[in-house]
Amino acid sequence: MNKIQVIIDKEWAEVFKNRLVLFTVILLPLFFTAMPLVILYATSSNAGNSDVMDMPPQFARICGDLAGAACTQVFIVSQFMLLFMMLPLAIPVAISAYSIVGEKTTRCLEPLLATPITTIELIVGKGLAAAIPAIVATWGGFAIFAVGAWFIVTNPAVYARILDPMWLIAVLVVGPLMAVAAVNVSIIVSSRVSDPRTAEQVSMVVIVPLLGMFFGQMAGLFLLDTQLILATAVVLALVDIGLVYLGVEMFQRETILTKWK
Amino acid sequence: MIRTNALTKQFPGHKDGSAVLAVDRLDLQVEEGQVFGFLGPNGAGKTTTVRMLTCLVGPTSGDAWVNNLKVGRDDTDIRRSVGLLTETPGLYDRLSAEKNLTIFAHLYEVKDVRGQVEKYLRMLGLWDRRDDLTGNFSRGMKQKLAICRALLHEPKVLFLDEPTSGLDPEAAKLVHDFIAELKAEGRMIFMCTHNLDEADRLCDRIGVMKQRLLVVDTPQNLRRRLYGRKVVFHLRRADLPLAELVRALPFAREVQTVELATGSKMVVGLDDPEAQNPIIVRKLVEAGADVQFVGELRYSLEDVYLSLIQASRGNSEHRGKAL
Repeated sequence: MNKIQVIIDKEWAEVFKNRLVLFTVILLPLFFTAMPLVILYATSSNAGNSDVMDMPPQFARICGDLAGAACTQVFIVSQFMLLFMMLPLAIPVAISAYSIVGEKTTRCLEPLLATPITTIELIVGKGLAAAIPAIVATWGGFAIFAVGAWFIVTNPAVYARILDPMWLIAVLVVGPLMAVAAVNVSIIVSSRVSDPRTAEQVSMVVIVPLLGMFFGQMAGLFLLDTQLILATAVVLALVDIGLVYLGVEMFQRETILTKWK
Repeated sequence: MIRTNALTKQFPGHKDGSAVLAVDRLDLQVEEGQVFGFLGPNGAGKTTTVRMLTCLVGPTSGDAWVNNLKVGRDDTDIRRSVGLLTETPGLYDRLSAEKNLTIFAHLYEVKDVRGQVEKYLRMLGLWDRRDDLTGNFSRGMKQKLAICRALLHEPKVLFLDEPTSGLDPEAAKLVHDFIAELKAEGRMIFMCTHNLDEADRLCDRIGVMKQRLLVVDTPQNLRRRLYGRKVVFHLRRADLPLAELVRALPFAREVQTVELATGSKMVVGLDDPEAQNPIIVRKLVEAGADVQFVGELRYSLEDVYLSLIQASRGNSEHRGKAL
């Protein structure tokens, strides 16, 4: 059995017995998937209504041929889809905070580090164990949302806007990149704190940029489009490279055993 | 085989930037099949030495070889060939005993994972509890499971850091017996311990450490080096000038007498008791003494250890100055 697989298997066997982690991994995706569907359902009954809610004028402009209420529907869903992107950030943080700091506090790391596993195998194993559930939950949640929206949304133009390439790129590309960033932030934070909950809380700082995007779009400061999402993907990829480098540097055997308190 | 050459470890510990010297120019050699006891006070550098030898931390300077593999160059191979029992068991409490061992068997690249896991669980009496979560185990059971984990890949060299710490006498005895079995199998055991009785009974050689290595020898030789050999003669009659008689012998180094209710006890320092005891007994009997029995005075390893540690602190009043 591959050592990375062994680490992933071990992490999942241990971490998923923790209720707090289970809550984050199961309930959070359910909540973020259900919310936009509920909003869609609630607003679909008024789809023919020409009244539109307050929204940034730029957004109304790009709605093009969509009627006012349909445009509102797209806008609201877009906002919630941004929050949905919190999943690839929050889930890895919850898992890695327990798998790294938790392992450190229970003194399980030393016997593990004494095995012939390489540092890279260990960090990749732990990273994947934290990132895979996040990516699966994000993609799974998005798939459920897409199927649900197909039943709820009667206007094909609205459905096409909801599932446009921008959101596909966001979910399929930006999501995993965010998960990698979150895992590495957790590893870096783990080197400074000694309690899994503190690690989780401090690591949650990774969602701040996302919240900035949420409120920025709501305030009309900018508008998410495919180009901006692509640019975000490129920036995130670069940030990830830096964070992976830092994470690997900080996840050295000697550093963990002698400096992690 | 373990060999170190001026092995040194410093940690950047102080706020003023100065380093903390954990291990200072350690020269050590431990041969195959030996049980080596590594003694020293807390913070003496024992665990750091074990961590260097198991490639968990790198030396600042100096060299070390384990199983003819060089620390710093062949680290993964060294980890593959040694077993480590850490100071705390460090088990995954939410996993069963069997799962804990299975994970490590895979990480140690064991071929017959199930077979090895079963072998050691049975050997240490944990087979019936294999499905139980280790979080529900007692301290002794956890320690036994951690020992199983260190042995899964049949390492030639085993590092045990405080193997019986926190164990009740029964569990400690089981661990001692097990260490004796491992020694009989020809494995080398490098054991850090504060339990001097344990070290005395199990170890072929002992090293006393306090940043630097103070001394290495067999427990018996350590006693002799520190206190010399002393023989006790129990005599029925104490009213004879026997002490003067013995003091007159050229080979008697030190003669002390202690009066007892049933007679007296004479303690004589000798270099070669096997040859010199009969001469003394003959003299005593000729002088009219009733020699009840003769035996060598045994100092505990604790006496030796405390002497060495106090001597290292520069306590010139202590007997350790003799070293």
